Amino acid sequence: MAMVYLTRKLEFSASHLYHNPALSAEENKRIFGKCNNPHGHGHNYTLEVTVAGEPDPVTGMVLDLKELKEILEREITQRMDHRFLNYEVAELKGQIPTCENIARVIWNLLEPKINKGRLHKVRLYETPDLYADCYRNGAHGA
Amino acid sequence: MTDGLKIELGRRYRFSASHRLHSSKLGEEENRRVYGKCNNPHGHGHNYVVEVSVSGTLDPATGMIANLADLDAFVEREVIEPFDHKSLNEDVAVFRENVPTTENICTEIFARLKHFPKAKLERVRVEETGNNTFEYAGEEP
Repeated sequence: MAMVYLTRKLEFSASHLYHNPALSAEENKRIFGKCNNPHGHGHNYTLEVTVAGEPDPVTGMVLDLKELKEILEREITQRMDHRFLNYEVAELKGQIPTCENIARVIWNLLEPKINKGRLHKVRLYETPDLYADCYRNGAHGA
Repeated sequence: MTDGLKIELGRRYRFSASHRLHSSKLGEEENRRVYGKCNNPHGHGHNYVVEVSVSGTLDPATGMIANLADLDAFVEREVIEPFDHKSLNEDVAVFRENVPTTENICTEIFARLKHFPKAKLERVRVEETGNNTFEYAGEEP
């Protein structure tokens, strides 16, 4: 059987700011630049979730897209959409909500929920020109 | 990374440049046959998009693989500044010898960026137009 990779896209909008309380105000400003604005700022994030698997011989599906859509709605949209990521997403507490860290949090939320096929890649766009990819070590970054 | 996850950061940049596809190893007629309208002696231009992917461990203090400002400054200095609004054949030394196909542009950009000191360069993807894309991840190990 052939391995097939299916990708589902979703968007959410959220605000964040970059600030490390262990560093001085000047250091924060120097490292994070305008992302350090204390009142935060927002993005329209685009998330691409890729699941790998062999199509079920009966249904022809790797997993039911409806099911994936519901997982994404429950785990990601409800948790992150129209939220202030620093203060309202427990999984990001104590972390700087960079694209890299959010992608990793999303991976950890989704991986245990996807029971048909397996989570292959999470790509999170913060803007169309900036994204982070997360996948298992050794997996091809396709 | 201890959790077995690999994180990559992808960033898109743009430059506009002209080029002419013409090989000094081929005759005039052969060049016209191989490169078609890309062999027009006066050249022509594209809006190129360069997608750069880097990987590394996340610095716990910043949550970043590499500070974007450092990556942007490096790419600007190594690629955008020397390529943008230039004639690649005449203004970029390596393309006086090598034909500036997007394959060669892609490997040249990889060579220029692989010494980025703050993260590991994973791959370079160059879009010549929205329909043509080239990707290079370095020599096979």
